[in-house]
Amino acid sequence: MNCFEIKDLHLYYGAFHALKNVSLDIAAKNITAFIGPSGCGKSTFLKTLNRMNDLVEGCVIKGSVQLDGEDIYGGIDLSRLRRRVGMVFQKPNPFPMSVYDNIAFGPRTHGVRKRYELDAIVEGALKDAAIWDEVKDRLKSPALGLSGGQQQRLCIARALAVAPEVLLLDEPTSALDPISTGKIEELLLALRDKYSIIIVTHNMQQAARISDTTVFFLLGEIIEYGETETLFARPANKRTEAYITGRFG
Amino acid sequence: MNNTLERGMGAVFFLSAAASILAVALICGFLLVNGLPIIFKTGPLEFLFGLEWSPTDTPPAFGILPMIAGSVYITAGAVLIGLPIGVLTAIFLAHACPKRIYALIKPGVDLLAGIPSVVYGFFGMAAIVPYTGNSILSACILLGIMILPTVTAISESALRAVPQEYYKGALALGAGHYRAVFSVVLPAARSGVLAAAVLGIGRAIGETMAVIMVAGNQARIPVSFLKGARTLTANIVIEMGYAAEQHREALIACGAVLLLFILAINISFSALTRRKA
Amino acid sequence: MKRKRKSSEIILAALTWTAAAATIGILLYLVVFILIKGIPYLTPSLFSFTYTSDNVSLTPALVSTVVITALSLVIAVPLGIFAAIYLCEYARRGNRAVALIRMTCETLAGIPSIIFGLFGLLFFVGALGWGFSVLSGACTLAVMILPLVMRTAEEAILAVPDIWREGAFGLGAGRLRTVFRIVLPAAAPGILAGIILAVGRIVGETAALLYTAGTVAQIPTTPMQSARTLSVHMYALSSEGLHSDQGYATAVVLLVVVILINALSAGIARRCGAKK
Repeated sequence: MNCFEIKDLHLYYGAFHALKNVSLDIAAKNITAFIGPSGCGKSTFLKTLNRMNDLVEGCVIKGSVQLDGEDIYGGIDLSRLRRRVGMVFQKPNPFPMSVYDNIAFGPRTHGVRKRYELDAIVEGALKDAAIWDEVKDRLKSPALGLSGGQQQRLCIARALAVAPEVLLLDEPTSALDPISTGKIEELLLALRDKYSIIIVTHNMQQAARISDTTVFFLLGEIIEYGETETLFARPANKRTEAYITGRFG
Repeated sequence: MNNTLERGMGAVFFLSAAASILAVALICGFLLVNGLPIIFKTGPLEFLFGLEWSPTDTPPAFGILPMIAGSVYITAGAVLIGLPIGVLTAIFLAHACPKRIYALIKPGVDLLAGIPSVVYGFFGMAAIVPYTGNSILSACILLGIMILPTVTAISESALRAVPQEYYKGALALGAGHYRAVFSVVLPAARSGVLAAAVLGIGRAIGETMAVIMVAGNQARIPVSFLKGARTLTANIVIEMGYAAEQHREALIACGAVLLLFILAINISFSALTRRKA
Repeated sequence: MKRKRKSSEIILAALTWTAAAATIGILLYLVVFILIKGIPYLTPSLFSFTYTSDNVSLTPALVSTVVITALSLVIAVPLGIFAAIYLCEYARRGNRAVALIRMTCETLAGIPSIIFGLFGLLFFVGALGWGFSVLSGACTLAVMILPLVMRTAEEAILAVPDIWREGAFGLGAGRLRTVFRIVLPAAAPGILAGIILAVGRIVGETAALLYTAGTVAQIPTTPMQSARTLSVHMYALSSEGLHSDQGYATAVVLLVVVILINALSAGIARRCGAKK
């Protein structure tokens, strides 16, 4: 089963043609990794999946992106779309409020008001993100007091708190040390049965370690995609081979 | 429902932002509509360059040149006093001041900007007037002090915006610290210093209460720096309390003339700061 | 040659240090001068509840100052913050209206208070028929401080990092929720510092109030009554010429208020600067 089906997608930033004719099916309950050199369009593509590019002025998108058969560039409610497709950013971005309020921000946005419901959601999300034990005694203290790795797991918990179907992660470990990175990778592997996970990474070992499917982008186009093991062991395209063997990028 | 709220608040935000446009339009509109008729009735040249201001005589005379001259003299004198001290203070703050002294002096300069004009006026009446009388000179000294913080603050940020390389380059050529600052950094910051001067002029020409309290306020062409004079601003405040009909209109027209001066000053200020950016 | 260079160094250094010393010297002289002339006249009768021409009490003026300040802020603060929200969060780049709004805001900031006073006299007092009243005065001052509130709020909002906005949008929050729950709380200290500066301007203002709020020395019971603030009170004392000693005493009170306001604003600005 697929969570996303993308057909003939083009994206322009003003005169710059950033994504060229991208077509791709993304499997549900799987980890899909986007790799490629900086500026290849992998992050831009990720952001078309929850329409974060709408915030960028001069951005024009053509083609279709379907989430479970529904065109997300049709008349869909943006708030509902982003509830179904959560996002974690490159730089940990906890809000300047308490741990609890950070996690509760999403549910509150979508109308959850009752204290006991919120309590349950917060605890569940923090447990899912494997950070409950570290923060359960400091739910009321500011989230910005946590370490970088903890902040990023908090952001993952925050995204999980609205019960999304898909989790988008935009280079979530690029600002973290190896130990924190390891914890996040473990976490993603544990979440993979419940969520469809799409991760952008410029770390090929990371893609090889955790993803089921890998998609290689270059200059705004998909060059190759397939099962991760196959793609890394026997790339079909010369440019894919050149990139994964470290000859450019 | 959420969307209507989003859109409604968007409109509220836009209207709030448009309030400043409305305010400027209303201010210009009301001053011009109420002030222009008397200017044309008197004749624009006669109004602007007439030497006699006797609004309560029959027939009245509405020549505001004495007040224009008063404003110009006093402003010029204030800038002559305030600008050099202000710029030198800015140089001190930006390039000569030990950190610990800076932490004491900077809030002091800010405080100088926050002291109300009437307090300056009281200070001027008791600390300056006894020596120099109710005169243009007293007003110049007092206003020179009042524009100090403005000039200092803007010059300081202009000086700080000059790349360190300029200063280091000058040092490398063998200049001493102060030499380098005065001969290289200061000229590089000249447009900022000029902007500070322009803003200082704006402050000085618009100042009202402090001037009234020390300038003597005689509505005649200034004869000496040690004699009194009246500014456009003072003219309005002093006479508005009892003015009626034409006299009142003539005072509003004074305001309109002042507003035009200010607009010209603002435009040159933003032209100066924009070119820098 | 060498000696000449050295002497020019000394002269320039002397000039710089003298100017700075003069600036601070003037400030200290002014403050001490006002304190010395005013403190002996800070008598209890100066603070009696009602004003008479004998006691020239400043209590009504003090109360009026608070009332007029509060009323001006109630009008100008939401307007200024909303305008800043529009400029930073809603307006698209290259929007024509934005250029015009910025320009008029700059213009407004440069207009001297006497012009605001004249405008208030013509518009609020005259055209709207509110007479010399607290309301006319407060509205006039609100227009006067609007650009200050707007500019400081804009700076504070622009300083809020974009990653927080993205985070909120990514969770499905709309613009409005993002602005009120994320951006404004984060920008609050900067906005507050600006508001306090605006209070300072209101407290020190005279020219804009003389012909809008009038000069009646009473505690206003309705917004349609005339009232004088501390600054206006001081000016009235000086122009009557009979009570200039009490004028200096009032100046002491005003000076203390202004120093407190400045310290408060600087303190808040420093605290939020340290946080970043």
